[in-house]
Amino acid sequence: MADFDITSKVQDGMGPHGTKVGLLRVLGPAHVWALGVGIVLVGEYMGWNFAVGKGGAYAALLACWFAGILYTCVAMIDSEVTSTVAAAGGQYTQAKHIVGPLMAFNVGLYLVFAYTMLEAANAITAGYLVSVVATMTGYTGALDQRPFIVLVIMFLAWLNYRGVLATLTFNLVITAIAFAAILIIFLSTSGIVGGGIMQHAALFEGHELPYGWIGVLAAMHFGLWYYLGIEGTTQAAEEVRSPARALPFGTLAGIMTLLIAATLTWYVCSGVLPWEFLGDGVSGSVAPLFDTARLSGSTGLVWLLGFGTLFATLASANGCINDASRAWFAMGRDKYLPSWFGAVHPKYRTPYRSIVFLVPIALIFALGAPLDQVITFSILSGLLEYTFMPLNIILFRKKWPMGVIKRGYEHPFHPLPAITLLALCAVTFFAVFLGYGTQLVAMIGFYIVVSLWFHFRRYRFIDRGAQFTMPWPRPQGY
Amino acid sequence: MQTWDYIEYLAWGLSALLGLFMVADWLKTDTTYSEDVLTSSREGELEAMTEESFKG
Repeated sequence: MADFDITSKVQDGMGPHGTKVGLLRVLGPAHVWALGVGIVLVGEYMGWNFAVGKGGAYAALLACWFAGILYTCVAMIDSEVTSTVAAAGGQYTQAKHIVGPLMAFNVGLYLVFAYTMLEAANAITAGYLVSVVATMTGYTGALDQRPFIVLVIMFLAWLNYRGVLATLTFNLVITAIAFAAILIIFLSTSGIVGGGIMQHAALFEGHELPYGWIGVLAAMHFGLWYYLGIEGTTQAAEEVRSPARALPFGTLAGIMTLLIAATLTWYVCSGVLPWEFLGDGVSGSVAPLFDTARLSGSTGLVWLLGFGTLFATLASANGCINDASRAWFAMGRDKYLPSWFGAVHPKYRTPYRSIVFLVPIALIFALGAPLDQVITFSILSGLLEYTFMPLNIILFRKKWPMGVIKRGYEHPFHPLPAITLLALCAVTFFAVFLGYGTQLVAMIGFYIVVSLWFHFRRYRFIDRGAQFTMPWPRPQGY
Repeated sequence: MQTWDYIEYLAWGLSALLGLFMVADWLKTDTTYSEDVLTSSREGELEAMTEESFKG
């Protein structure tokens, strides 16, 4: 990295080429970790257990580890590219520089849809959790969940509006508590501290792979849920003090955290809850870690995991608002969308118009769409994004080989991670097709239609000469 | 009326307040500053400085 002080008041958010108001560079590696892990950790508290329903407990473990390999490749590739293309928009900005405008437009939409849908799903879940608390505290009526769903979205949007440092510091605290809760329930129930309650052998006997190997394949769909969103760390690129250091460090620490959290979660829940109950996330175990805590007989664990579930949900929604607004902002700044969205608040230094604009969209999905459909569209958008990544890194290394430009991080064994990622994406597409074929086809159809709109109607407004902002040499072969 | 009924109203009220704050501040900001200033953010400033240092 250069030896200039990018946190100085002279240069802070103010570049040397005439920028007047920019995003604020105040974040460190811990915030990057909190952003990535915060978005994802709710998947450990709920959702992953649908994989058990698809193929049994062992299938869920295999899906956990194969999805772990997929996301490790995602994290390594992302770390290299984004520590070099360190700008808001993350994968959208990468695609703009490395592949081209049409790919960038699509990737930008994948990002906004994936995060806004996930935010809506989290708000629905938070509303449900409040209703559970109401029932547990003796409320006898039917609690209206809508005010709590709306409050979650409005409060987190307000927090994001007011500044990125407070937003991601809040995420850091609640994510750390939610992760610590997983460690504590593992230590308390596995027999390491006190008496263990694990009964893996008894619960698995005769149910090792209830639907055979096709069940393992089908489980891959929900295996993504253990890690979906870790790639969101890249959206902080324009707001970290040292992108070349903080982004790879935060992202790779994040995926390691999630690999540990996912495996411990599977171990704890599958050792206590029967697979038929665990695998039914609608009328069975909605929140498996919380259910495990209840079966442990410890009131302290019940409270801890209850708060852990709520905190993980809030952290995820909070990170999603941050990421969706940065992607929308970056697209506006480049005129892929109206440039009006490319505004930065002069006091709070946040993309305030993008944050406010996405609030009603999240509310519409949170109040008007079924949870499973919202989650599926989020997963599909994420999966399309992961499919782009291997193509992106192969082109990146080909156009700008090692040593030509400065990279904050160089991922090892290229092109093995890219090929592995592409293969695992193909497997997961097939797994999604088995369960949600109609939605998959509908989503791809949607992106084809918007691509046509972009090509014939929107592309004319884009300033093509200003698209490439990185001061790199001409790519090889051009 | 039970406590949770009041909490529901409180949640609606807080949501409305937060929404009002954002909309009011948004309108105030848009009328105080020119569009050129608000949309003056540029991508790649830090990278330009970093790459200059890398080459130099």
